[in-house]
Amino acid sequence: MTLERWISLIFLGIILTYGYTAWFAMDSNMAPFMKRNPIWPSTFPKLLSLLGIIVSLFILLGFEKDDQRRAEIDYRRLGDYKIGQAVGLLAMMIVYALTLRSLGFLISTASFLILSAFILGERKWLVLVPVGVVASFCVWYLVSEVLNIYMRPWPHTLLF
Amino acid sequence: MLEGLIIGFQTALSLKMLIVVIGGCLIGTFIGMLPGLGPMSIIAIMIPVAISMGDPAAALILLAGVYYGAIFGGSTSSILLNAPGVAGTVATSFDGFPMTQQGKAGKALTIAAIASFCGGTIGAILLMVFAPMLSSVALLFHSAEYFALMVVGLSAIAAFAGKGQVAKAVLMTVVGLIMATVGEGALFNFPRFTMGLMDLQSGFGFITLAMAMFALPEALFLVLHPKQISNSEQGDIKNLKITRAEAWAIAPVIGRQSIQGFFIGVLPGAGATIASFLGYAVERNIAPKNEQGQFGKGSIKGLAAPETANNAACTGSFVPLLTLGIPGSGTTAILLGALIALNVSPGPRMMVDEPQIFWAVIISMYIGNLVLLVLNLPLIPYIAKVLSVPRNYLIPFIMFFTLMGAYIGQNNATELLLLVGFGIFATALKFANYPLAPLLIGFILGGMLEDNFSRSMQLYDGISFIWERPMTLMLLIIAAILIILPSWRSNFGRKSHS
Repeated sequence: MTLERWISLIFLGIILTYGYTAWFAMDSNMAPFMKRNPIWPSTFPKLLSLLGIIVSLFILLGFEKDDQRRAEIDYRRLGDYKIGQAVGLLAMMIVYALTLRSLGFLISTASFLILSAFILGERKWLVLVPVGVVASFCVWYLVSEVLNIYMRPWPHTLLF
Repeated sequence: MLEGLIIGFQTALSLKMLIVVIGGCLIGTFIGMLPGLGPMSIIAIMIPVAISMGDPAAALILLAGVYYGAIFGGSTSSILLNAPGVAGTVATSFDGFPMTQQGKAGKALTIAAIASFCGGTIGAILLMVFAPMLSSVALLFHSAEYFALMVVGLSAIAAFAGKGQVAKAVLMTVVGLIMATVGEGALFNFPRFTMGLMDLQSGFGFITLAMAMFALPEALFLVLHPKQISNSEQGDIKNLKITRAEAWAIAPVIGRQSIQGFFIGVLPGAGATIASFLGYAVERNIAPKNEQGQFGKGSIKGLAAPETANNAACTGSFVPLLTLGIPGSGTTAILLGALIALNVSPGPRMMVDEPQIFWAVIISMYIGNLVLLVLNLPLIPYIAKVLSVPRNYLIPFIMFFTLMGAYIGQNNATELLLLVGFGIFATALKFANYPLAPLLIGFILGGMLEDNFSRSMQLYDGISFIWERPMTLMLLIIAAILIILPSWRSNFGRKSHS
């Protein structure tokens, strides 16, 4: 089965769950006076679930003529591409999301920029570290001082 | 219209707005030149900055400037590197890059800039004429017609998705609409599909979704498959002169493609890509026999045609956005999202209620095009230095700005995890050639579509509004034809072929 059909199968699963909630679970929480309205909170989701199921099945069962265009990257040969670097960067993004509050903006951002460049193969530490640190500080200054959006610069323990 | 123009000039020619439009054009050109980063990603990255400005007119002018700059920057990387940053400038590389190989990079950039300027400016004049006309018609619409019109817009986006893509585009639109139903809707004040999570009470963040759909997959593709960038064949980039004979040769091409490109841009889902390819094909077909052979080998007409058409189409795509509040492309969908975040609802009332925004955007298009021609073109040799930034530094910064955009937009670290999750899923969708723009357009239009549908249901106590309002019925029939016809033709074609 091709990737596009696998994806339509995943969508079908998601839409079936969504549809089940809309058709059978959602209305039970509704206040009695709302039930007198011609439109309920579940009406539109019910329509969408029906449409979604039909279209997912249309793709899954191969009714549409195959797309002749090839994607920029052939997923069947992922090993030929720099998949390790991509996974490493995604992991860095998750770590950044989890540490942004606890480590503060400056340490987490500088670490993210430096380590991401390291994952991509950069080894010139004398350039990399100053670029990461200066860029983090500049962005923090712009966001906090110019755009007036507060971001804690340092970890909790460094605040007196 | 004259009164509107005066309001527009007063707003757009203030010092603040001039700085905003010049800044937007320069930023757009600078980032748009980077292969792999299209206008949608750049605009998505710039949205938090635009929203933080607090002024809807300034925000829209900034984003429109970024949009034009990005298209111009994309053309530059197509001409210099044969690496189009965006699908709309692919046709530019057909003749632009051969000109660079012949040592005429400066000339090619000048022709591209003049063609873009003329396409954008003629497009802006046409927009000025047609937008008020369409707005006055749209003022007669009720919620039922709006609902039907949005269905037509969404269907057209799917119908123009291309062979083998219609069902996928419809599915993506439905998924976008489904995502828009998550959270507490304004109409019902009733939590839906939140799974008990407080973070989902207000629904998915539009900026997070825009970043995840466009910026992150493009950055990941750059990591997976680094594009070969070589500065060795740029030739004489500083010689920007063109001869009088060359100017006369491209003038009729520019005239034709400005009009054709504009009207293609107005159609929802068509946009700059179709306009540029169609413009190229038309000019090649109508060229004299001896010139046809030059197309693809460095023809100045072959370069001017797509460049004019894609810029005129970009302007045309503002027509449905400004007059009907319906985005015809992913880029205008992002602009619509930004306007909604700033409490402005584009549509026919915008011209009456917010004339300073409506006209300032139109006037800023002239100024933006002028900025690109007068300021950006001479700066191109210097701006092109951005291409020498090493990939190892560039990619972490793109990813960082993606993260920052999502974080600033919602001020919530959970958004960053959602961004990564959606980004991975969007990358998988890109592997399978699923179009991503319909998902975002569906998501942005979802709330409005449901509101209008619900209002019509309440007014008519059911779905009778479909047959009781002839215009609604006609629009829904058009929508059905738009969806069914491409699939039917595709299947019919397959059977007759076999």
